[in-house]
Amino acid sequence: MPKIEFKLNDKLVTVHSTANRRLLDVLREDFNLTGPKEGCGEGECGACAVLLNHKIVNSCCTPLANVDGQEIVTIEGFSKTKRYQIIKDAFAEMGGVQCGFCTPGMVIATESLLNKNPHPNDEEIRIALSGNLCRCTGYNMIIKSIQKAAKDGDGIW
Amino acid sequence: MKDISKSINKVDNEEKISGSAEYIADIKMDGMLYAMTLRSSIVKGEIIKISYPKIPDNYYVIDHKDVQGKNIVKIIYDDMPIFTTKKISYLHEPIALVIGPEKEKIVEILDSIEIKYKEEEPQFEWEDSVVDFHFDKGEGERVFDHADKVISYDYETGYQEQAYIETQGFIGYQDGDKTTLIGSIQCPYYVKNALIQALDSEPENVRVIQSTVGGAFGGKEEFPSLIGCQLAVAVKKIKKPIQLIYEREEDMLVTTKRHPAKIHFDAAIKENKIKGIKAHVGIDGGATIGLSGVVLSRAMLACSGAYTIDNLDITGDVYKTNTVPNGAFRGFGAPQMMFAIEMFVEHIAKDLNIDPLEFRKSILAKQNDHTSTNGVYRDPILMPEMIEKAMKESDYLRKKKAYANPNIFKGIGMSFFFHGCGFTGSGEKKIIKARVRLRKHKNNKAEILIAAVDMGQGVKTTFRKLVANILEIDIENVIFNNPDTDYVPDSGPTVASRTMMIVGGLVARAAKEMKQRWREDEFVVEKQYKQPDYIKYDEENFIGDAYPAYSWGVNVVEVEVSKTTYQVKLVKTWSVYDGGKAIDEKVVLGQADGGLAQGVGYGYLEVMNHKQGKIQQKNMTDYIIPTAKDMPDMETYLYDNPYAFGPYGAKGVGELTLVGGAPAVAKAIENAINKRIYKIPVTPEYIMELINNAKN
Repeated sequence: MPKIEFKLNDKLVTVHSTANRRLLDVLREDFNLTGPKEGCGEGECGACAVLLNHKIVNSCCTPLANVDGQEIVTIEGFSKTKRYQIIKDAFAEMGGVQCGFCTPGMVIATESLLNKNPHPNDEEIRIALSGNLCRCTGYNMIIKSIQKAAKDGDGIW
Repeated sequence: MKDISKSINKVDNEEKISGSAEYIADIKMDGMLYAMTLRSSIVKGEIIKISYPKIPDNYYVIDHKDVQGKNIVKIIYDDMPIFTTKKISYLHEPIALVIGPEKEKIVEILDSIEIKYKEEEPQFEWEDSVVDFHFDKGEGERVFDHADKVISYDYETGYQEQAYIETQGFIGYQDGDKTTLIGSIQCPYYVKNALIQALDSEPENVRVIQSTVGGAFGGKEEFPSLIGCQLAVAVKKIKKPIQLIYEREEDMLVTTKRHPAKIHFDAAIKENKIKGIKAHVGIDGGATIGLSGVVLSRAMLACSGAYTIDNLDITGDVYKTNTVPNGAFRGFGAPQMMFAIEMFVEHIAKDLNIDPLEFRKSILAKQNDHTSTNGVYRDPILMPEMIEKAMKESDYLRKKKAYANPNIFKGIGMSFFFHGCGFTGSGEKKIIKARVRLRKHKNNKAEILIAAVDMGQGVKTTFRKLVANILEIDIENVIFNNPDTDYVPDSGPTVASRTMMIVGGLVARAAKEMKQRWREDEFVVEKQYKQPDYIKYDEENFIGDAYPAYSWGVNVVEVEVSKTTYQVKLVKTWSVYDGGKAIDEKVVLGQADGGLAQGVGYGYLEVMNHKQGKIQQKNMTDYIIPTAKDMPDMETYLYDNPYAFGPYGAKGVGELTLVGGAPAVAKAIENAINKRIYKIPVTPEYIMELINNAKN
């Protein structure tokens, strides 16, 4: 069994497991991190999104081997940050949450976007979210949430 | 007094944003086994023989022989087996569950099961009618005798998949004689009643609990009863916790979808006016009837759209075909009809060389007009001012005129529509008989005990707010847990835009009584639904008030169509709704955005079809739902028009917001390409066909 080491939510972890196991399963089964969700299992919906070296990836399409020596942050880890507080308040205030199943992925996508581009315009936000499906909101209030987060978090990203 | 509509932040935001909310797949139990489904590989025929490999210890096969009660899923029309005994009537029909501790091993077992079939010729044509309805209004067909001319068109709508992001799932466990299921469901009592029949258990030995639901849209109305029964049979026999969760592909291939429909209209025209309409609505029920009859009746009842037509002759059929059973989806028959009638009235005006907008406005339904079944629109209808508002905000007239230029390939379209709130006909009175309970706790907290489910639409927030407002206490002091049939009475299913109007109405009445008695230490208030006396409906003959109240809406959609690829790009939408009174403005606006996204998606983007009974779209890559890039900015305006029997005047809004999307986007595309549209979804391929066909 290969030994895979990576940084998970700020802690170094070691996993003895087959190298092609899906990161999503490792997170949910081995670490009980159930914030990343399985929506489609093929990288289309973004419900399983996590940060790999600060950039969004779909953990359902990431083999465990790919994270060896890398840094993974899930919604559980990210929710301890100040940036999360700003995004969370913005989503709550602007009505960005309905059923909530896509929400952790949307929050991860928001962080990935703002980390790279702290002042995105609408089109940039829509492109950044285009890998995260939501069936409840029509995205309108999610876009407004992200605009608000960018504004409220000015200087933090 | 504070306006109830003023928004608060939703009560479940924290847990959902942080990812700590527990959905069904997040729940783990000690010693939990996994279940997967053995399915038919043929479309129609009979099973001759099943050869199972040697089943290892701690692995199980559960099939129809294990069903202790009736091998039928209790739905409105009881014709769906829990597991097939022999007969196969659609592809991937469930035969058995294979259960065990390791998923890989289960797959291995499934792969090595051999089934010998006797195949029969499947039926895909819409010929075998299993439900048929007919009703007349006014002179019915006789109005055609003195018509100047008859205008006839046919319209078609496709499948639509609910595409909730969380797939179907349950976990079940046995405790003594008691079978408990936790599931992603809309209707705890539908599941419970189905389980009682399947297990032949006493009601107290069946318990159903709702987990956090990751979207439903009707898809978790009746379908969960099927897999709930399968799992419960297994749990009761094996007596270990078992999880049954669908993967996306399975979910998309085998779960119920919106019924494809074909609608034929004839209009009797005299002096350039519609004197009467004759219509036939056909819907594809798939292999079992289930809810299809009720879907058909809602489609037929919507036949005159937001207009008043004095003479009607309406028929409809549910056809049985060897395809996956169709079922509930937000709108429930109305989206099909609302698309068809909106296009038909537009096309009639064009044929008569009358400005479609003026023509449509001249026949809008008004207060005290008679509905399609000779009920009465008793409450004020605000459509004229709502249309005015939508036109002003969208700059409709200027754009409509500018886009008439055929070289611009831009378009704007506007739909008028309504939705009947609550169960069709006397369903509330005769079938559901909703009960609600409020409990005052010693610590001055009030607990809401109802079976209504928060599936994202904000029921937890709006109900707690409703009760807090009436009791004049802090929302923190109002408790509302996920429904558990051991604790909540049957307040009916979370469907049909009934939750706030009907269940909320009852809860408000209970809260008012509680307010009077608030000084008492600890007590319970219960209320049961009573239909207002003036609401009378003859189900058999379709006469009278099919709904106690109606919500109304206007959607405007602006599009651009690519001249080279015929891809449609949404530019912006403007909507105006009368949902009575919003219990929370932000929650209703959220419904408005999401409903319209599904409605326009249905109209131009979401393609699903079958080939010889096999659904061709098996995942989110093949079945395209709108992304953030597809959706435009959406503007919504809400009109207050309080309904006397709704809490604070609230009517239904959940489905209303979907039904106008398809006709609005279709009309916008019609405007952009100067060709008439007769079917949805309006795909680039269809646009190309229309453009290449000079006659259209």
